[in-house]
Amino acid sequence: MTETQFWTFFFIILTFGIYIVIAWRSRVKETKEFYVASQGVPTLANGAAIAADWMSAASFIGMAGLIAFLGSDGSVYLMGWTGGYVLLALLLAPYLRKWGKFTVPEFVGERYSESVRIVAAVAAIVVSFTYVVGQMAGGGIVFSRFLGLSIEWGVVLVAVVIFFYAVLGGMKGITYTQVAQYTVLIIAYLIPAFAVAYQTTGIPVPQISYGQILTELDSLSVEFGLNEFTEAFSGRAGGQIDVFLVTLSLMLGTAGLPHVIVRFYTTKTVRGARYSGFWALFFIALLYLTAPAVGAFTKLNLLQGVQGQGPDSLPDWINTWAPTGLVTVNEDVETIGTVSNIATSGADLIVNNDILVLASPEIGGLPAPIVGLMAAGGMAAAMSTAAGLLLVISSAASHDLYFRVFKKTGASEKEQMMVGRIAMGLAILFAIWAGINPPAFVAQVVAFAFGLAAASFFPILILGIFWKKANGPGAAAGMLTGLAFTATYMIYTLEVFGTGANDHILNVSPEGIGAIGAAVNLTVMIVVSKLTAPPSEHVQEMVEEIRYPQTRKAPVRS
Amino acid sequence: MSDVAHEGTSGGPPEAEDTSWRQRYWKKNLRLMITLLAIWFTVSFGFGILLIEPLNNIVILGFPLGLWFAQQGSIYVFVILILVYALWMDRIDDEFGVAERNDEGGYK
Repeated sequence: MTETQFWTFFFIILTFGIYIVIAWRSRVKETKEFYVASQGVPTLANGAAIAADWMSAASFIGMAGLIAFLGSDGSVYLMGWTGGYVLLALLLAPYLRKWGKFTVPEFVGERYSESVRIVAAVAAIVVSFTYVVGQMAGGGIVFSRFLGLSIEWGVVLVAVVIFFYAVLGGMKGITYTQVAQYTVLIIAYLIPAFAVAYQTTGIPVPQISYGQILTELDSLSVEFGLNEFTEAFSGRAGGQIDVFLVTLSLMLGTAGLPHVIVRFYTTKTVRGARYSGFWALFFIALLYLTAPAVGAFTKLNLLQGVQGQGPDSLPDWINTWAPTGLVTVNEDVETIGTVSNIATSGADLIVNNDILVLASPEIGGLPAPIVGLMAAGGMAAAMSTAAGLLLVISSAASHDLYFRVFKKTGASEKEQMMVGRIAMGLAILFAIWAGINPPAFVAQVVAFAFGLAAASFFPILILGIFWKKANGPGAAAGMLTGLAFTATYMIYTLEVFGTGANDHILNVSPEGIGAIGAAVNLTVMIVVSKLTAPPSEHVQEMVEEIRYPQTRKAPVRS
Repeated sequence: MSDVAHEGTSGGPPEAEDTSWRQRYWKKNLRLMITLLAIWFTVSFGFGILLIEPLNNIVILGFPLGLWFAQQGSIYVFVILILVYALWMDRIDDEFGVAERNDEGGYK
């Protein structure tokens, strides 16, 4: 066993032990605990749990590398995946919390109609599943790369630990393990980032000091045939309009993803939901503000390391990572002249985006324990997101579908609990299967889940809260046309499901179409709602009531 | 100072409960929300995307300003916006007596 493997085992076993202890201590007996942790989660803990839930294996491992090569246009992910929280905290969280209950489809059902609820439940399951598969595969890959385990065993091991705390503790167990997982992943992300910033610039604050290296990074990038880091609209083919639409789609999608929204149901009060939104974005921002700095520093180190070198005299980390297939060197050239992150580019040195974070301790020459910590951080990111998604799947399947369609009345508390746990178990089994045999289209579809969430959930939630006259037929028509429009354009421009890819219309990429889909949904919903009968008095009264945190008492202020 | 000080418990039959405070509360909430969302749009879509190229001519600590807004500045502002919203809503809730406080006046 190498020193790196020893430390990786050490940190993985230590952190998994912590998760299991927390899971055992927060096991639950009632459905209210299982689905929404008895609405008793403190705001700070809820914020950390939302952050861990949100930041997936892709955020942790892939994003910095993606930004390093996209340069300025990497901002679509940075702004898109944080700006959505402003919408969530101001437009959705307090009102959905006031309304209460267990799931997002449940709100939709009570606000609009039972048939809209079923559509929403199915959409929640599909969106969450495309995500969860990526997490399971991501966890398996971390195991295989750092520990030499097979991917299959990695996936099974991850699933067993998640099974333990998700089935025992439901939302409560998941929330408190996520708090621990957030702590692990943020430490693992920040330590190498601060160390690399200090080594390169003498200032250990990467968010501030990466400005100093940008000029050098630009000229080196051009030398190796890459775009300049600081030049706007050079990383994405669609230019300004595409950057605008992709950012907007990611923001609207973030505010429409069921596994994030449902976390705001777990706070004690409406006020708690507002502050949870603040803490969540604060914790997320710690990683997202660091990611572009990690990308810039690591790319600079990488390019400096290979500048003027031949294939035989490259830095050590390239040899270490070559067996994983994440780094490919053209052995026939004298010196490395071109670098790329695209496998088919034909460049002399081809590096996968993921390597920039995974190998950053080695590229920066940091000691073995930090490499081990990095692996534990990647695992924490993958597991926390997977657990949150599995809860949405099991609650939509049991609470919104099974007890609404198959067994409408007379289910005892005990029976509901049992069905919830069985649904969770089945979801995990399915996730293991899909994680080991990821369907070919999953990797592509995950990136588009946001567009679909933006075009389906976001408009019906917003209008449901802010417009009393929005009704069931309007919501159903809006959601279906929004989804159909968005999915059609994605299939038209992408090679998924065996269809050929066509050119983008007006430079709109398939990642950006969700914003237009949301506008279509909104328009159709308003028109249909106006043409049909308004919702019942009872529903309008409910919409009125969610505006006020509680019934009015004498004002407290003097 | 509070605009509800002379309402509420000051007599009158219970069925004639004054609900005009509801509109005023909601209007204040919406005004705050729209102001904060205008800032949200300006720093991200405005400075970070639409005006990024002219702003990039200004360089501070090595960062072209447009790039800084797109990758750092907008995110700092987002965090502050949510905090301001939560704090400000506490004040509005208290002003209208709908804050989630227990009988001792502390938050639940």
